[in-house]
Amino acid sequence: MTISILFYLFSIILVLSSLGVILSRNPVYSALFLVLSFFQSAMLWMLMQAEFLSMVLVLVYVGAVMVLFLFVVMMIDIDIEVMKRSFAKYLLIGFVISLLVIFEIVNVLTLNYDSSNLSTQFDSFDKDYSNTKELGSVLYTEHVYAFELASVVLLLAIISAITLTMRKRPGLRTQTISNQVSVKSEDRIKLVDVKPSSYREEKK
Amino acid sequence: MNLVNNFIQFLTAYINLPSYFIFILISVIKILIVLVPLILVVAYFTYAERKVIGYIQSRIGPNRVGWLGLLQPFADFIKMILKEIIIPSNANKFLFLLAPLISLVAAFSVWAVIPLTDNFVIADIDAGLLYVLALTSFGVYGVIIAGWASNSKYAFLGAMRCAAQIVAYEIAMGFALVGVLMASGSLNLGLIIQAQEGVGVLSWFVWPLFPLFLVYFISGLAETNRAPFDVAEGESEIVAGFHVEYSGIAFGLFFLAEYANMTLIAALTALLFLGGWLSPFAQIGFFEDSFLSQPSFFWFAIKTLFFMFCFLWIRATFPRYRYDQIMKLGWKVFLPITIFWIFIEGLMFLMNIGPWSN
Repeated sequence: MTISILFYLFSIILVLSSLGVILSRNPVYSALFLVLSFFQSAMLWMLMQAEFLSMVLVLVYVGAVMVLFLFVVMMIDIDIEVMKRSFAKYLLIGFVISLLVIFEIVNVLTLNYDSSNLSTQFDSFDKDYSNTKELGSVLYTEHVYAFELASVVLLLAIISAITLTMRKRPGLRTQTISNQVSVKSEDRIKLVDVKPSSYREEKK
Repeated sequence: MNLVNNFIQFLTAYINLPSYFIFILISVIKILIVLVPLILVVAYFTYAERKVIGYIQSRIGPNRVGWLGLLQPFADFIKMILKEIIIPSNANKFLFLLAPLISLVAAFSVWAVIPLTDNFVIADIDAGLLYVLALTSFGVYGVIIAGWASNSKYAFLGAMRCAAQIVAYEIAMGFALVGVLMASGSLNLGLIIQAQEGVGVLSWFVWPLFPLFLVYFISGLAETNRAPFDVAEGESEIVAGFHVEYSGIAFGLFFLAEYANMTLIAALTALLFLGGWLSPFAQIGFFEDSFLSQPSFFWFAIKTLFFMFCFLWIRATFPRYRYDQIMKLGWKVFLPITIFWIFIEGLMFLMNIGPWSN
């Protein structure tokens, strides 16, 4: 009872906030709606007792990815009027793509889905069931190659993202700490012994 | 805790209440037990900050309101409540008022999984450590939204600085926590503390994980935007950072959230590395059978207060970092240290050395 009430509550908010992502005029609102929908999907996962996945969703997507998204969206000034003018240009292709996506979803749900497995309730697990442990025991045994492969792909993405930003601009003033630390007093200052008598003679 | 249980038993025995109502009632009582003292601690933390830094700088600190200035937090609070909340022109009103609430909710809700003694925790959940990480990272939204909704350059600059800093240090912090959960074998905070049980001080995680302990605490300083990492509000550069446009109780909530976060980091450091409620003298012959060798809330409070004092001590001692140095410290120093130490820890597991191996 309580579970289904919560399920419908979270899913309604999820659907509404997903609509908000695409319908709101301000891109910052869109990003914030996306944060809300991530939270709601995390809550749905929590209802399925998949607490690891739900926490990680919040941690990775809300805590890191969307922060960077907001960063970018807040700093660029998007003119809605200009965006609207090109709306008709993309209308056709957008229509085709959305039809394709709808077809795929319907295809998965009706044709390739064993409806005898379908249940109207979430599975309930006993009290010492740990989603984290279950996930780990499958991830590091059965799917270990796929897991390693995914991590290597991610590492590649990190390295390539860093190399993209590594460029040498001429005239950039950067600080080299090792040079600063290793500098000696002779490099910076030259002490000259000026004889006071000779100075006075020159003045005359 | 027994008192609460007795009260609940009394209720169930004499008044026939449905079970979900009882559950909600217990939860609310537990939340109040944690939240009311927490707010008082946070209020007196602000007083302690002014007093401690005052004495470090050879001043007296607040001493006018009440005996030794002890009523100062209440005076501040009344002042903040009575002041007007000024909303800047062209500011986004809804988000402007939402931002301080987000900060405060994120700071307070983490306390749901913090175990205060061995039998008191509001929600004893399995992925407690992940919950802590997820919600502390959610707190950054309060700052970003505040900076953007204020419609002010300084606030926006402060928010950008703050967000980049929090995202950078969260990674080092997360890796430090990976070390802790490798050592304890659990994400549950209660089990992490139980894994540190043994011969008093010697079996705490702080010794085998000493570099991670330092990284965690310093990242905690950076996460809460405290000195020496407080460029997000750097007074000399961008006035007061993300909350420059806030006044009245809206500012007060940010203030409260900042100090609640500091208390949280102090409590977490005590839990994860110093054995939480465990006694430093446990199983040491001399203190056997005395109060000092028993695990209790007293130890947890002392450890937390020590780290809270460290926050103030560090603020009064160190000058502010420059922004690029903060980023360098986070990415180029802390991250390699944590990854290296996790590798060392793996080797320690493999060779069965270290206090937790068997």
